[in-house]
Formats: sequence, C-alpha cells, structure tokens
Amino acid sequence: MIEINHLTKSYGSLLAVNDISFTVKPGEVLGFLGPNGAGKSTTMKMITGFLTPTSGSVRVCGYDVESQPLLAKSCMGYLPEGAPSYGEMTVRTFLEFIANVRGLKGETRKRRLDDVIQRLQLATVLEQAIETLSKGFKRRVGLAQALLHDPQVLILDEPTDGLDPNQKHQVRTLIGEMSKDKIIVISTHILEEVDAVCNRAIIIAGGRLLADDTPQNLAKRSPSGRLDDVFREITTGKPVTPEKVAAHA
Amino acid sequence: MHNVVTIFRREFASYFATPLAFVFIVIFLILAGVFAFYIGSFYERGQADLAPFFSYHPWLYLFLIPAISMRLWAEERKSGTIELLMTLPVTLWQAVLGKYLAAWAFAGVALALTFPMWITVNYLGDPDNGTILAAYIGSFLMAGGFLAIGSCISATTRNQVIAFIFTVVICFLFLLAGFSLVLSVFEGWAPQPIVDAIASLSFLTHFTSISKGVIDLRDLLYFATVIAAWLVANAIVLELKKAD
Ligand SMILES: Nc1ncnc2c1ncn2[C@@H]1O[C@H](COP(=O)(O)OP(=O)(O)O)[C@@H](O)[C@H]1O
Ligand SMILES: [Mg+2]
Repeated sequence: MIEINHLTKSYGSLLAVNDISFTVKPGEVLGFLGPNGAGKSTTMKMITGFLTPTSGSVRVCGYDVESQPLLAKSCMGYLPEGAPSYGEMTVRTFLEFIANVRGLKGETRKRRLDDVIQRLQLATVLEQAIETLSKGFKRRVGLAQALLHDPQVLILDEPTDGLDPNQKHQVRTLIGEMSKDKIIVISTHILEEVDAVCNRAIIIAGGRLLADDTPQNLAKRSPSGRLDDVFREITTGKPVTPEKVAAHA
Repeated sequence: MHNVVTIFRREFASYFATPLAFVFIVIFLILAGVFAFYIGSFYERGQADLAPFFSYHPWLYLFLIPAISMRLWAEERKSGTIELLMTLPVTLWQAVLGKYLAAWAFAGVALALTFPMWITVNYLGDPDNGTILAAYIGSFLMAGGFLAIGSCISATTRNQVIAFIFTVVICFLFLLAGFSLVLSVFEGWAPQPIVDAIASLSFLTHFTSISKGVIDLRDLLYFATVIAAWLVANAIVLELKKAD
C-alpha cells in the first residue's frame, strides 16, 4: 500500500505539490501523468523519502516515510529521474554495491543478481564502466538497481524518457511482466505509455491532482475518445474545467 | 556499521577508478620531498630527524586535502546520485561517515607512502622513532580535520571548483589562527587568555605540539572535536538542502 495524505511541498513561494491525496493498492500499475513541471518528480521524491514534505504524510507498506524511513525505503525500489548512477563503477560493482546496501546475502543475493542481469539483458556490459554505456543501457542499469531486492513497491520516474522506440517497448514489456501483486508507479508525459502498461492514471498539473481513473474511462471523457485530448483539456483547463473533472473522479 | 563499511568501500574504490588518485599521490610525494629536502634543508641541518619534512605538512595539506574532499558530496549532487544514495535504506550518518572515512583513508595511504623518508633518516642516523611516529599521527589527525571541513563545504555545492576554493579559504583561516604573525597582532592589545584561545583554535598549534613527540590528550580531543563538529555541520547541510 501507498497512502498519501494531503501531501504538499513548496519551494519558497512556489507550490510544487499542492494538497495531493491518494492511495495505491497491490496489483495497481499507476501512471502518474502531467506536463513538465507538474510536480510528478517532487511527489515521487517525497514518496521515496528523499524530500521532506512541507506538510502532509506518506505511508509505504504501512511505514511512515518520515518517522520510519529505513523500513519504508527497504520495501521500495526507486528509479530517480535520469537514472543517476556512479559512472566510474562497472555495472557489476554497482549492482553488487546496491546488493550490499540492500542486505542481500548468500544464495538469495546470487539469485537476485542473476535475475536482474538476465531480465535487463546486462550480461554483455557487466564489466564496462557505467559512464561509457549508451543511454538505453544506463536506464536499464537504473532499473536493475531498483528491482534488485524484488521490492513490493516500485517507483519509476520517467523510465522510458529519451529511449528509442525499441527500448521503450522493452521497458514496457518488463513492467508488464512484473508480478501482479506489486505496486508500480510510473511518471510520464507520454500518453501511449499509460495505455500500454497502466491500469490506473492520475493526472496532475500545477501541483494539483486533477483526475484519477482508469485510462479507458479517462479517454471516454473526450468526444474523440483519445487520451491525448483529455490530457490537454484537463491540464490546460479548457474546455473541460479542472473542478468539473475532479468532481467526476 | 555494515552500511558504513559498504559505503566506505565504494567511495574508497572510486578514488582509484581514475588516474586522479595516482596523480594526486605522486604530486603529494614530490612536494613533500621538495619541501623537506630543498626548502627544509633536510641534509644541511645535519640532524637525524624528520622535523623539516613534517613542518611543511600543514601547507601541503592546505591545497592537497581540498582536492581530495571537493568531490565527496559535490559530485553526488552534480550527477544526481545523492538521490539514489538517500533513498537507499541507509541513514544520513552512515553516508556521511562512510564517505568521510574513505577520504581519510585515502589521505592516510598518501601519507603512508612517504615511508622512504623514514627509512632514509634511519639509514643516515639514529632518529627518535617515537617522535616520528607521533608526528605521523599528528599529521594524519590534521588531515582528518582538513577533510572534515572539506566534506562539509563539498555538501553545500554541486560545483567541485567552488568546493575546492572555499575549503582552501576556511582551512587557511584555521591554520592562520596559530601563526605567530597573526597572534602578534592580537598580542599587542588583547589579554593573554584571548590570544591563547585564538592560538588553540589552530591546526598549527596542535599539530606542532604533537609532532614534537608528545601526544597530549588535549590535542587529540581538539582534533576529535573539530572533526565531529564539521561532520555534524555536514549532515545538517545535507538534511537542509538535499534537493538543491
Ligand atoms: N529544487 C527545486 N527548487 C525550486 N523549485 C523546484 C525544485 N525542484 C523542482 N522545482 C519546481 O517545482 C515544480 C515541479 O517540478 P517537478 O516535480 O520536477 O515536475 P515534473 O517532474 O512533473 O516535471 C517545477 O515548477 C519546478 O521548477
Ligand atoms: Mg520530473
């Protein structure tokens, strides 16, 4: 479970996230949609305990992220925006470092390392320094790192951003294959992605939650039946006003 | 503890992942030698000790230690790995300590590699090896003090050059406080306890006293306090401005 309660974050006078509440249950693949600067990354940084909320709270797997950060962090895997990793390390030493921090030992450790290396097709680049990898491989290393401890909750910030169509397809397939009792939250501004992998979509803009529904139901809101149009209407506020949509949701 | 070790090992290895570590160590050894032999007249003094070698360490460290510490947190900020690190199940303290100790261990390796100096002086004469050991300990502690300052400053920026410059400036102030020239400015008008207090703030005062061969508890306490204070500041800086 992820339980988000009146979450707010301000940077000085800018309200990046404005009183957002929702819960995500096991089995849900939640698409977190919004234009650039909507507050998607900021929300994810608060869910994963990187940023402290200005007000409101987040509970993950029953643990309050602020008061029990280590327990909450242990049950999450997180791919930060841009998939940062230590460039001078090889893929293998990087994944082993993560395995150590995650406390993986013995047989489990070996099995988990083998599993993510195979799933993300990293076998050919294991001994290569991460900074020398292509963007697609770097992203896959970031995903491998997030999946390594087989977490109950996965938070992925723009996992397919900047990838070519084949790589995008691979990442989506991977997400689709993930066990059905996990919680997966993916932020994106690519709408086809939501159709492809999510069973629930939340639209935010200007830090406010504007819609929360299945991708199919959202698409129905526009006469054209296209998610793009609904997205544009909702996030630009015309012709469907945000208040009206929120009331529907 | 287990996490401190894991972070320490990653950080320590990262120093050696690029040629920078070797370049650094070579520069350190060359400069240490040049200062001792040419400027410190190691031979001409006709004394079998390492005093001329150690007396330049504060000035060597002033520029070399900030070069070790500048990347500690600035690099994590710049590459965004700080977000990765801080969302792993490690505490802020484990991260600060693990990284700091790795930098300190690296400085320790560079210092240990000056052992040919020690061999030379033992070959040439009959030095007091107890004093030499004390001076090595003092030098290592002083490096730790400089590094704690550097680690904290590095946490305030994503720019390593800025981290370097500010660390040099602050370390310089910490050295300067014990310089007789500076102290004489105060001696004219300030009461003696104040002059002593200023002098006792300086790395120089405590390093000099240890390197004479007497390891006084007060000097150890001084370095422990300086290191602890700057690391606490380091953690606070990170906590307050993680995302910037
Ligand atoms: N560290 C920061 N300091 C000040 N403003 C920030 C910071 N990070 C993000 N913002 C602002 O907060 C808003 C939301 O940003 P973000 O959550 O990154 O949006 P998204 O991920 O949806 O593109 C933007 O207007 C952005 O400029
Ligand atoms: Mg973002």
